[in-house]
Amino acid sequence: MKVHEYQAKELFARYGIPVPPGTVVTSASDAEAAAATVGKPVVVKAQVLVGGRGKAGGVKIAKTPAEAREKASQILGMDIKGETVKKVLITEAVDIAHEIYVAVIMDRRAQKPLVMGSADGGVEIEVTAKENPSAIQRVWVDPLYGVHPFAARRLAMALARDAELAKPMADIIQKLYTLYDEVDASLAEINPLVVTTDRRVLALDAKLNFDDNALERHPDLEAMRDLDAEDEGEVRARNEGLSFVRLSGNVGCVVNGAGLAMATMDLVKHYGGQPANFLDIGGSSRPEKVVAALSIILQDTSVKSILFNIFGGITRCDDVARGLVTAFAQMNLKLPVVVRLTGTNEKEAREILRQVPAIHPAETMDEAVKKAIALAA
Amino acid sequence: MLADSRSKKGNRNVSMPIDRNTRLVVQGITGRDGSFHAAQMAAYGTNLVAGVTPGKGGSKFDNTVPIFDSVHEAVDATGANTSVIYVRAPFAADAICEAADAGVRLVVCITEGVPVRDMLRVVPFLKERGARLLGPNCPGLIAPNARVKVGILPASIVQPGSVGVVSRSGTLTYEVVYQLTRAGMGQSTCIGIGGDPVIGTNFIDCLRLFQADEETEAIVLIGEIGGSDEEEAAAFIKEKVSKPVVSFIAGQTAPPGKRMGHAGAIVTGGSGTAADKIAAFAAVGVPVAKIPSEITSLVASAAPALKRAS
Repeated sequence: MKVHEYQAKELFARYGIPVPPGTVVTSASDAEAAAATVGKPVVVKAQVLVGGRGKAGGVKIAKTPAEAREKASQILGMDIKGETVKKVLITEAVDIAHEIYVAVIMDRRAQKPLVMGSADGGVEIEVTAKENPSAIQRVWVDPLYGVHPFAARRLAMALARDAELAKPMADIIQKLYTLYDEVDASLAEINPLVVTTDRRVLALDAKLNFDDNALERHPDLEAMRDLDAEDEGEVRARNEGLSFVRLSGNVGCVVNGAGLAMATMDLVKHYGGQPANFLDIGGSSRPEKVVAALSIILQDTSVKSILFNIFGGITRCDDVARGLVTAFAQMNLKLPVVVRLTGTNEKEAREILRQVPAIHPAETMDEAVKKAIALAA
Repeated sequence: MLADSRSKKGNRNVSMPIDRNTRLVVQGITGRDGSFHAAQMAAYGTNLVAGVTPGKGGSKFDNTVPIFDSVHEAVDATGANTSVIYVRAPFAADAICEAADAGVRLVVCITEGVPVRDMLRVVPFLKERGARLLGPNCPGLIAPNARVKVGILPASIVQPGSVGVVSRSGTLTYEVVYQLTRAGMGQSTCIGIGGDPVIGTNFIDCLRLFQADEETEAIVLIGEIGGSDEEEAAAFIKEKVSKPVVSFIAGQTAPPGKRMGHAGAIVTGGSGTAADKIAAFAAVGVPVAKIPSEITSLVASAAPALKRAS
């Protein structure tokens, strides 16, 4: 799960990481009022979950409250990579002397959290990694100790190159790690962490991603989820216990298991078709899950055929077949449906599916995919 | 004594993790999944010696298998050396640590949804005790020649033989194993390592096992997007694996930044793409199947001497 900058900054503030004061607003007039309260030039920042808002024109400086109103009205409603801007953050514009990058990520290879820092702040870390890899400092963390104070000091010194500034910076690094650890984050990033001309150290931006598997123990974080910014189908799927990602093709896919679901999408593409989605109906599939899966896929009017690829292990093929029968009865399905069911209770499933003559059966994954593509054309 | 850390630190041996010496304890044996799969494993031929559900000690599973309150008691009473875990995600990390602390040598965690933060603490705990972890979020493993399975892989699709299969996926593994079986290519051991970002046993660990295993003549490796385990496996194959390896990578059409079902299956910041992984295998001479149904023919040409069932 991702949260907006203003939400991440709330958590930063709770952990004692200094952030410039800001107000989040949803209208141009509120933006003007918020800028008037600041009493100095402000930055108007689009609050979106996608990256690259700066390049898209979603971050603008305003010298006066009237200008803040004008900029906010330009930014609110703007489309940034498919996400509509509904909120802007009004925050004090600070005079920057030096920009730094600092983040905590999970290093899958080392199986440890990793604190990364670069004296080239304001640049995406992937760019720095490519163009100036030696600028990146790395500190691996033993989760039983956290970031040792000495390690935070060394990293801060390398980034700040100034003993006096290194002290608050080391403090921020340790707090950022504590936050990362305590909230089950998968990424905690400050880019840029700035030194102002009056020598304050401030987190000018804030990015937090959370481990979806841990949200059950953080109801306060789950409450921060912005359902408006997420795909409606993806939200519904999550509520139904399905895993769904929308793509742009016309062959709707219903598969059990993430690996098989990816391989099915790939196979659709391989045979010249375009998958409409990734959908994993999961392990023990009750008939209701099949109905839910179909109704989510059918919301997308570009879908022209539906492909079921089920390999029964824990999933029982007859459960899926019963779900299909129910779905046909309830939903007035007009699209062609290709079904391939193999594995546990396959024979029972075949018997059940005879009730639905509109279903196109297939023996193998390849045959099913080819049929679904032909029917979508 | 609450934690006696009875197991000795030692080098991991390279014999296959399950065989006829496997003595299995099922953690969460009274739950819906645990009881179903305990029966399935026993029916296949696995030596199921104990179950554990805290609070249900003293009762029996299926009127025959004793149930204990703790893994320590189960190990003391039955000599269990392997554990499989079906408990809910919030309790899975503790169950893994309990098994390792009780002296179990192989811990297989089927549970999906274990937080990464928990796994970062579990992995070193197990290393200290010299126990091997498979998973979490994995289907387990099956050894058709020995008729032993630990986990949820369906026994109906496997066949005794000499192809070793290792995969990050569940049902995609079933698909590939099913196709191998239909082509007469039986399997020595099939191992599902799991779809999470932090797992106990990775591709390299399994390649090392298959290379040393006398029953295995050829290896099928099924990877997917996310992380760099496949790239590291490719480098390892070049240095240390002389047996033929064939691979397949799922997720070529996955959009970046989106988690594709598995917690670990995500392309982030341009890394972890299927294209990178395919290139890494191609660079070390490992044939990569474009589609799953191509795998059997690639195995046949990479391992022409492979014994085939009729």
